[in-house]
Amino acid sequence: MEGGYETDGNGGDVDDREEGSGLTRRALIAGAAAAAGGAITAGATRGLVQEAPDPTKVPGARPVVVGSRSPHETPEKLLSGSMGGSSRTPLQELHGIMTPADLHFERHHHGIPQIDPATYRLLIHGMVERPTLFTLDDLKRFPQVSKLLFLECSGNGGGAYTSSPSPEHTPQSVDGLLSTSEWSGVALSTLFEEVGAHAEATWFLAEGSDAAVMGRSIPMEKAWDDAMIAYAQNGEAIRPEQGYPARVFLPGWEGNASVKWVRRIELADRPSMFRDETSKYTDPLPDGTARQFSFVMDAKSIITYPTYPRRLPGPGFVEISGYAWTGRGLIERVEVSTDGGDSWHDAVLQEPVLPKCTTRFRHGWEWDGGPAHLLSRATDETGYAQPIRQQVLDARGPGTRYHSNAIRGWRVARDGFIAFAPV
Amino acid sequence: MSGGAGVSQRAVLAAVALAVALPMVTACGADDVGRATESGTGAMTATVVSGDERPAAARAGAAEPVYGFGTPATAAQIAAWDIDIGPDGAGLPPGRGTVAEGLEVWERHRCILCHGPTGREGPNDVLTGRVPGDEFPFANDRSLRSTVGNYWPYATTLFDYTRRAMPFDLPGTMTDEEVYAVVGAMLYFNDLLPADAVVDSATVVDTHMPARNRFVPDNRTGGPTIR
Ligand code: HEC
Repeated sequence: MEGGYETDGNGGDVDDREEGSGLTRRALIAGAAAAAGGAITAGATRGLVQEAPDPTKVPGARPVVVGSRSPHETPEKLLSGSMGGSSRTPLQELHGIMTPADLHFERHHHGIPQIDPATYRLLIHGMVERPTLFTLDDLKRFPQVSKLLFLECSGNGGGAYTSSPSPEHTPQSVDGLLSTSEWSGVALSTLFEEVGAHAEATWFLAEGSDAAVMGRSIPMEKAWDDAMIAYAQNGEAIRPEQGYPARVFLPGWEGNASVKWVRRIELADRPSMFRDETSKYTDPLPDGTARQFSFVMDAKSIITYPTYPRRLPGPGFVEISGYAWTGRGLIERVEVSTDGGDSWHDAVLQEPVLPKCTTRFRHGWEWDGGPAHLLSRATDETGYAQPIRQQVLDARGPGTRYHSNAIRGWRVARDGFIAFAPV
Repeated sequence: MSGGAGVSQRAVLAAVALAVALPMVTACGADDVGRATESGTGAMTATVVSGDERPAAARAGAAEPVYGFGTPATAAQIAAWDIDIGPDGAGLPPGRGTVAEGLEVWERHRCILCHGPTGREGPNDVLTGRVPGDEFPFANDRSLRSTVGNYWPYATTLFDYTRRAMPFDLPGTMTDEEVYAVVGAMLYFNDLLPADAVVDSATVVDTHMPARNRFVPDNRTGGPTIR
């Protein structure tokens, strides 16, 4: 499907990625190279780097106005062939919780628009006292809010939900529609107060200035709670592919509702029933109904080291590490199993542990060289524990396509090879 | 829509709370209360100047702007961007088309290239198809494709989305009459309108959509139960 038009009618959010994809081939090559070198870092096999002279014997380079990564480091997003556009974050190559802005995942429904910040306007109207146009400079004059938050596409993880998921999934290919940034902007409540939002307004509609004029309806409660209009990401202006110059950001909620390139917000007393809250982003249930406006992303975790296509070089200490997150607030606990769920150990949660943000977890493990099955299970502050696939199947059936959060896992073979194996 | 019920109730409560809270807010003065610096959540905020802890309701309906930033939007500016169509038909433009014209639009605007001669054939999103008895077995049958005829609850959404986003490579280039007509063609493909139908705003609102009553609000609440 690489480079072709998406034909499955799912618009690329849910990507079962079975045999024969470009990813599989690439990952295989990386795996083989890593095996040949006995190295555990697949990244080092990419790109030829010239042998440098002894750095203590020559003066170093001068500063440049904009820095760049070491030529030895070449993390890349994984592109899909969807027509609107999507790309996945290389979770297995990142440390801590932050996602470099140029590696943030993307899911667009109609490509990335080019918007001139000088002519940008945000219109807020509808059930308000004062319909108002805000320039970007206007938005920046209001008191700022800034938070570390995850953003996840609700189609993330679809590849783990099939009956026989590919063992050649990487964290990136299965759950890479997840990224974490510091998002800065103005609280939507501040803007709604400014325009005199009517108390009778129960929903607000947000539309982008992309070619789909993509729209979503959002309950007003979210605006009074923690929704924002973000104009900065990780300290700099939001990237074009993340909604430059300004986007809606709804902490903890499915990414699609955080409308990028937002140009219009209308306060109303009912949802608009946009295409992306009816035809898409709804969840059929076994009783013949479909869940609508299923905004919150439930607790989830994934081990990002060690995972396919890496190979463990030999028995000894392995620090198992990964991400946990929940749209309902704080991650309270992450447990790790190395025996397929027979026994569980509390992982260490690395600070900071923040609400609606990814939390990095770690668990030290002494690999004895035998077969192992690594799993992680997150529990959030509401007491919700990440389910196994069968529990989701019982609740939603096999046909559901969003909110795939069942326990992910990795099988380690005696030879150190690792394969994706969720439960 | 059923999901709205809980929210509207809240709004009523909110309105009551507002009425009660208003004199107090006035007494405090907008300067003290309104211009509070929002506090971030968690460790990232170094100094919390003063969190705005008034209930949400008390922040609605402010008679005066707090900061005075921004410019009043004119009716013409709003009209230029206010394109969404409500499920009740609000926003539908004047005009009409016929299914017969819609079948011409289907070819002239190249819908046929990406969605096939009858909306079933692809290569892009499948738009046509009914389930026998208009059942809704999507949760149990992963291979079943959702279509306008078996999954879309409102034809107003079909008008809205087609007008704003299609044809994919030339979005927003059809006249309202062409949109009415091609919406008619898609409803006809799905056996929801006869071949000789005329399509106007009333048709778009009134056409029976088999999946209309299938949608329910989110019942996930956190806590130990998997839903
Ligand atoms: C160049 C290819 C192309 C052309 C031409 C095209 N479409 Fe589309 N259409 C798409 C793609 C791709 C999508 C999915 C977009 C997305 O996922 O956001 C789509 C989605 C749709 C949908 C929503 C499907 C769903 O299930 O949500 C409708 C309705 C639709 N098109 C109607 C039309 C009509 C009517 C025309 C002609 C006026 C047309 N299309 C022309 C490519 C095309």
